[in-house]
Amino acid sequence: MKRFKTILFMLLAAPVAALAAGGHSVPLDKAPVNVSDQESLQRGARIFVNYCLNCHAAGYMRYSRLQDLGLTEDQIKDNLMFAAEKPGQTMDVSMPRADGKAWFGATPPDLSVIARSRSADWLYTYLRSFYRDESRPTGWNNRVFDKVGMPHVMWDLQGELVPRYSKEGEHEVIERLELAKPGSVSLAQYDAMVGDLVNYLVWMGEPAQNQRKQLGLIVLAFLAVFFVVAYYLKKEFWKDIH
Amino acid sequence: MTALQKLLGWVDDRFPLTATWKTHLSEYYAPKNFNFWYFFGSLALLVLVLQIVTGIFLTMNYKPDAALAFASVEYIMRDVDWGWLIRYMHSTGASMFFVVVYLHMFRGLMYGSYRKPRELIWIFGVLIYLALMAEAFLGYLLPWGQMSFWGAQVIVNLFAAVPFIGEDLSIWIRGDYVISDATLNRFFAFHVIALPLVLIALVAVHLVALHEVGSNNPDGVEIKKKKDPVSHIPLDGIPFHPYYTVKDIVGVIVFLMVFTAIVFFAPEMGGYFLEANNFVPADPLKTPAHIAPLWYFTPFYAILRAVPPLFGSQFPGVMAMGLSIVVLFFLPWLDRSKVKSIRYRGPIYKVALALFIVSFVGLGYLGLLPSTPIATIFAQVFSVIYFLFFLLMPWYTAIDKTKPEPERVTG
Repeated sequence: MKRFKTILFMLLAAPVAALAAGGHSVPLDKAPVNVSDQESLQRGARIFVNYCLNCHAAGYMRYSRLQDLGLTEDQIKDNLMFAAEKPGQTMDVSMPRADGKAWFGATPPDLSVIARSRSADWLYTYLRSFYRDESRPTGWNNRVFDKVGMPHVMWDLQGELVPRYSKEGEHEVIERLELAKPGSVSLAQYDAMVGDLVNYLVWMGEPAQNQRKQLGLIVLAFLAVFFVVAYYLKKEFWKDIH
Repeated sequence: MTALQKLLGWVDDRFPLTATWKTHLSEYYAPKNFNFWYFFGSLALLVLVLQIVTGIFLTMNYKPDAALAFASVEYIMRDVDWGWLIRYMHSTGASMFFVVVYLHMFRGLMYGSYRKPRELIWIFGVLIYLALMAEAFLGYLLPWGQMSFWGAQVIVNLFAAVPFIGEDLSIWIRGDYVISDATLNRFFAFHVIALPLVLIALVAVHLVALHEVGSNNPDGVEIKKKKDPVSHIPLDGIPFHPYYTVKDIVGVIVFLMVFTAIVFFAPEMGGYFLEANNFVPADPLKTPAHIAPLWYFTPFYAILRAVPPLFGSQFPGVMAMGLSIVVLFFLPWLDRSKVKSIRYRGPIYKVALALFIVSFVGLGYLGLLPSTPIATIFAQVFSVIYFLFFLLMPWYTAIDKTKPEPERVTG
């Protein structure tokens, strides 16, 4: 009986242990994603073109698609298009790819579907986890993505964070990040801005997603009605089968 | 005689239209006691049609070119009218195809649908399953994401484990030393024309064989043994049309509700139907930390990993994986029970089938995880149970204490 219990315990514990081994070492914060919040998406789009689009492209995303966020073509042209002539163009980057590789060690990845590959929570945590590290060529490191080539682009907003270490056995690990030099906005405001940006990235990963969910409700409602009709049709045909 | 009847007569003199309609629908007598499990055959046919139709429309905008493929999928998702819907229907359809086929096969196991005289139906069915796996594997390369690339790399490398000819064989399959544009082009050709033709042909012979011998049923008794003396219609049989057509419509709607709920509200299905890493374009220089096949292949992947290498060769694992599917072909002759249906089987078969299902699902789960020593031990135990279910079947089905089958179906 004891052996049976041991086996049963192993049976239940094994997958859990195996799963835990593959997890992230830094817990991720929950990103405040709401892709039906147009104002948040508009704010996110502004941050995106101002801060991200200088090095990263969004090569599958057309400027004109921003009209889905309630913006007019003129608003897009006047406020968001710095590196393109026509709204039908995709969000390309003017920095040559080779320069990016030379400067940062790797070509900055295209961000069109970054939220789908990295997840919103990862992006939200990553963009808030840069800290000062003079051993890095850019002077910045990241708690979620160690030795990342990307510098802290929004440092003027967030300010400078420094790590506080604690001992864990032999190793020193980062326990938390502390604000050493405040930025132009408070940390809470910065979190909200990153929240808007990540929200925008999630939307940009699949611009049709709001339409998809709306259509889904109509399709399911139709099928529900169709089900009732089909069910009674079947009942009618089958009433003489015993 | 109306004009329509005249036209029908004209056609019937030249083509067996009415006769075919009667043989396969209005005078094809199916047992009246089909239950829930009998929906999945017609649903598999529905999904096949969905995949072909959505596939045709995807082909209109997809570019089978290593430099353009990934971007063309995003083009479909963003710029093609309703492209996102067609693409999600196709990607969801691939997984749902396996869901319905696995349930359809489980039905066969429960009610002994592979037993005499339905051996060929079962064999055609296993061939369909094989063709479907090939079709899914080939299609998964086409989005040209990281998982497409590295998944294909891992699977094609399995062929390299074959002794002596393996290395050449894998190069012959890829058309290159690594997965490349040449591989993408040939996989595209196989995915959109070769395998679909094979699938349609196999489905046709699967159905012809079924309609020749007639359908099994949850009681596992032959309805053709008790016929009406005058009309020669099986007493427990009802015409497929209209009875099962109206019933299958209900099944189709329920299935479509599940299907569309996934398509519209969870097309990624938490990473099981569309993997996160596949939204990163294929990069031959960057191996992902964890390469997992899609969920419908994971039971076999787990068997592959469970077998330790011999003299540094993965061939034993590859062999075990191959045998785990080949063994299915022999099922009709491995089963020695006096009865077909689980309703009249003894406790041994019920336990064996339960252990088999637990092992298969367990292997599927373990195949998703990174390999760890303890996971490997579980995969080995489950693999052994998987094979023993088949290899010991002649013995345990023969000694199992069965209940007598009824004369007629029991409703």
